[in-house]
This record gives sequence, structure tokens and C-alpha cells, in this order.
Amino acid sequence: MASINVGGKDIPLDEEGYLENLNDWTPEVAEVLAKGEDVTLTSEHWEILNFLREYYEEYQIAPAVRVLTKAVGKRLGADKGNSKYLYSLFPYGPGKQACKYGGLPKPTGCV
Amino acid sequence: MADYEVPKLTGEGYCEIPAVREGVMESKGPFIAKPDFQKALHFPDDFAEIGALVPNWKERALGKMADLKSRYRSLQVFLDICVKCGACTDKCHYFIGTSDAKNMPVARQDLLRKVYRRYFTFAGKYFPKLVGATDLTEEVLADWYNYYHQCSQCRRCSVFCPYGIDTAEISMAAREILDHVGYGQKYCNEIIGKVFKIGNNLGLPGPALFDTVEGLEEDVEADTGIKVRFPLDEDGAEVLLVTPSADFFAEPHIDGLVGYAKVFHETGVTWTMSTIASEAGNFGMFIGSYETMRRVSLRVREAAIKHKVKRIVFGECGHAWRVAYSFLNTLAGPFDFLDQRYPIPQHILEFTWSHIQAGNLQIDKTENDDKVLTFHDSCNVARGSRMGDYPGGQFDIPRNVIRAVCNNFVDMPADTIHDATFCCGGGGGLLTDDLMEIRVKGIQPRAEALKHVTTHNGVTHMAAICAICKSQFTKVLPYYGFTMDQIVSVHQLVSNALVLQRQVSVQARPDDEDGDED
Repeated sequence: MASINVGGKDIPLDEEGYLENLNDWTPEVAEVLAKGEDVTLTSEHWEILNFLREYYEEYQIAPAVRVLTKAVGKRLGADKGNSKYLYSLFPYGPGKQACKYGGLPKPTGCV
Repeated sequence: MADYEVPKLTGEGYCEIPAVREGVMESKGPFIAKPDFQKALHFPDDFAEIGALVPNWKERALGKMADLKSRYRSLQVFLDICVKCGACTDKCHYFIGTSDAKNMPVARQDLLRKVYRRYFTFAGKYFPKLVGATDLTEEVLADWYNYYHQCSQCRRCSVFCPYGIDTAEISMAAREILDHVGYGQKYCNEIIGKVFKIGNNLGLPGPALFDTVEGLEEDVEADTGIKVRFPLDEDGAEVLLVTPSADFFAEPHIDGLVGYAKVFHETGVTWTMSTIASEAGNFGMFIGSYETMRRVSLRVREAAIKHKVKRIVFGECGHAWRVAYSFLNTLAGPFDFLDQRYPIPQHILEFTWSHIQAGNLQIDKTENDDKVLTFHDSCNVARGSRMGDYPGGQFDIPRNVIRAVCNNFVDMPADTIHDATFCCGGGGGLLTDDLMEIRVKGIQPRAEALKHVTTHNGVTHMAAICAICKSQFTKVLPYYGFTMDQIVSVHQLVSNALVLQRQVSVQARPDDEDGDED
């Protein structure tokens, strides 16, 4: 099974690179996961990841793309409340890529 | 972008049929489901780890094959009657896109047929070499796992087969056998588990659904000034709407959901969605499991009874509509408690079209004048079901609705639409990142047809009526130079053009009168 090493601790990942145990998540884990895909997390990324984690804590699922864009628009300004902005940060899709770094399960289904 | 070659489009509207190549799509197949996922679906989970087979796998696989051929007479007939005429060979989008010999429908069927012959026919038992019969080995199982997950069960080949052999049914049977020996597919089976545990493919729990529909009510009010309701779990409504959970989650699906809500609002027909049946899709069909399909379907019955509705309407979802239209009464009926004057179940497009015809909806087509539309027939709607009360209604009604709300509509070439439609490339349980290569290659014929009408007819957008199609197109068409916003839901077009006349929803909440704060 794949894993990453963060601060001397081996953290198991599933086949698709998502955390096997969501409790393993720390900000450092996010940095390592992103680095593995040649992404350096900036404060803009972190604004999204933090929102995802808050939402997940409340609802046990990632937010819908529309919910995410609306929340980002409210918090960071209307010019950022669109999926174009999110894709510029997470080119593989804000839903899947941001969930991976944020330690959320991968959204599955017809998406 | 990809470590394989993305096919080049000619823009001429058709694909060259490639020369056959052997084994170019050989691989380990998609991720295998772990024992926990198999257990949730009541499949054997006595395999040690992912990739291992269950004990006595050979006997159990053959036992399952015997069981399936006795339960489904069609399966045995399909395995027996192929005359190798070759009519199907160039009809599969995955063969056209990959050129792999085993992606020719007849070859895909033969993977199962050769084993069937070896163990269940006289000639195959005694003279296997003469009739192309082979033993069931681990290699054969691996081949099944790989190539039966390169079939989207779209049934295009069966349209061209003079005997009507349905490769989809063979592919479903193969997956059912594989599920009984430890080779379940992670994507499908994890998702079905979520339906049982949480209620939908995405795993959206009730509170998340409530939050999402509340947000949509705010959006539509901000947009139109009218409080259009998105009722959830509201007992006593006339209609239960069962829609794919992607409609709550993804783009452009969610714009379709907004369209359904506006149509219900305007017609004054009360409706509700349900946290119990918050999924129209039924992946039980993809894995060929009647029991799973039935378990998933029974949630619809349970929700209809609990919410005391009179009608069931399905949202835009391709295979859901096949299961609903063709099998729901068998799986979850009888629906004698519903209003018998309406189709049971009804498709949202039938609902909307009937109200357009009755003049109940005020439409401003110019709202869609920034687009030239074409329409993608989803395979399961086109070849596995019907809409309206005459053959071919499933082709006309979506187009009628589009034409009623848009001034500009052009069809793609004739051999790529209606019952000859090409799959989006992501159907049948293939809409997963670990199958991206086959998805990219399998979309080629559809992309080619779309390219033709964008080049020659100025088409700007393609409308679809299936959550899988919409997700596959937005993700994979960009590999061919299209953009993701070129894909729209049919009810998104309705939503754009519908001019709301009704100021207050018939389902308005008492507190909706005051300026509410959230």
C-alpha cells in the first residue's frame, strides 16, 4: 500500500492517493500531498482547504461546487466566487484535488 | 496531459475504422473492491486481500455462470446464437477509439462464450479446440476483469446485430460472476455501499442535502426575485422527484435541478425530493446484480409511501431511466397506491413537455439566443427505454423541449444520434479516474460528431440528460479542445427561458412572508 512520510510517521494512502484514515490529516500532510503533485500550497489554496474542512466537519461530505464557489465569493470577494478561480488553484478539479489535500474522502458517483 | 495518445479529430463527422491490433488495451483493469465493499453488497468477502481470489474460485465462478444462464434465458441464447457475421465489430466506441481486438463486441462476448462452451456445451466438453472453447483460468478471469470494464453496456452493437445479441447483458453477467470470486470493481461497489448506508452515490447525508437546497432557494430568489421552493422530505406532496445525487453537487447538473424546480413552481404541482431516495442512479444494473438493483430500487418505493405522494418523476439520469422505465414495477412494484392516470414512473422531460404543450409555461426563447444547441442521446434512454406513448418518443421529447426553449438547434450526424447514438465514453460504471485512458479514447466518436456540427453548423453547446454523460463530457471533452462549459443540462435551458409568472410558491412556508434572515 502506498504511503507518505510526514515528520517520521508513515501515513497510508489509498490507491488514488487519498488518506486511508482521515484522522491522519495535519497541515503538514496537506503540504506533502500537494508537493507530490508539484503543487505548492499558497495562502489562497489554504483559504479553500480550510473552508472544505469546516464544511466537512459539519456535513460529513465535501460541499457542492456551487456551495463552494458561493462561500468563496462571500469570503474572498465576488471576483473569486467562480469555478474558474477554483480551477486555477486546483487544475484537476476543485472537488477532487482540493479534497485530497484537505484530507476529505474523494467525492464518488456520477461526478 | 496524458501518457497515451489522444485520438485526433478530423471534423468530418465520422471516424475511420482502425486496423485491428492485439492487446493494446491490456492492463490490470480498474481498482478492485476491498472485502468490506463486497460484504456490504452481500457478495463473498472471503478473499485475503485486494487482488486475491476466493477459495474454490473456479467452482464458484462456474456455479454462478450456471445460475445466471438458468435465470436469464436471454444470456444463454446470446451465448449460443452468435454466427460471427461481424456486423458488430466496428460499432463499439471503445473499439474505434482503441483498436484493441478484444474491444470488438463479438470478441468481448467470446471472452465469456469460450468458457461457457467449455463447461456447458457438448462440443466444448469433448472437442474444445474445434469450437474455440477454453478452460477457466486465472488469466481468463483477469482478461474478463479488464475487458468487461472496457464496455459501457451502451448496447449500440446490439442495434446492428442481426440476432439482437446484447453485449451489455453478457458484460453484466461477467461482472456478476467476478463479484462472486473477489474481483468486484471498487468504483461501482463502493458507491452502491454508500447508497445503502447514506442514501445516494455521493454519500450526501440529509443535513448536507438540506443545506444545498436552501442555498439553491437563495440563489434562485436572488436571480428572479421569487421564492422558488426546493422541497425535501415534505409529506403529502403530489410528486416524488428522484434525481441523481450529482444534481445536488456537480456542474452543469445543478442547473438542471434548478430547471426542474422552476417547472414545478410554475405548474403549481406540489413536489418533494427525499433523503431516503436521494439517488436516481442504480449501479446495481452495471454490475448485473438483480438483488442489488432491487435493494436500490426499493428505496424509491419506501420514499413514495413515506411521503404519501401520488406520482413518481425521475430527473435527468440515463441508466436510472432505463431501470425506472423498464424494470421498476418488477423490482419495487406494484405501485397501486399511486395515481394511475399518470405514467408510473414519469420522466421529468415528459412532465415538462406536457406542460409546454398545455401552454402552462411562459417561455422566452431569446434567453438562449447566445447558444446553438445540439443534443446527445444517452444510450440507456435511447436504447433501453422510451418516453411518451409511441416508439421513438425518447428521441423526440427531449428535442421538442429544447426547440421549445431555444431558437437554435442542430442535430449531429444521423449515424451518431437516436438509437445509433454513441456512448459518452463514461457509462456503465466506467466514470472513474482509474479508467481515464478508455474514457478519453471511447469519447472519440462522439467528439468527432460534435466537432462536425461545431465546425459546419456553428454549434456552441451540447445538451445532455444524464448525470454520467454530463460529468464525462465536462471532464474529457477538453482533451479534444472543447471547454467544459459547452455542456449543459436540458432543464438548464428550460430554466434560462422560463419566465416565472407565479409570484408565490404553492408550497411557500408560512415564514416566507417576512423578510427572512438566515
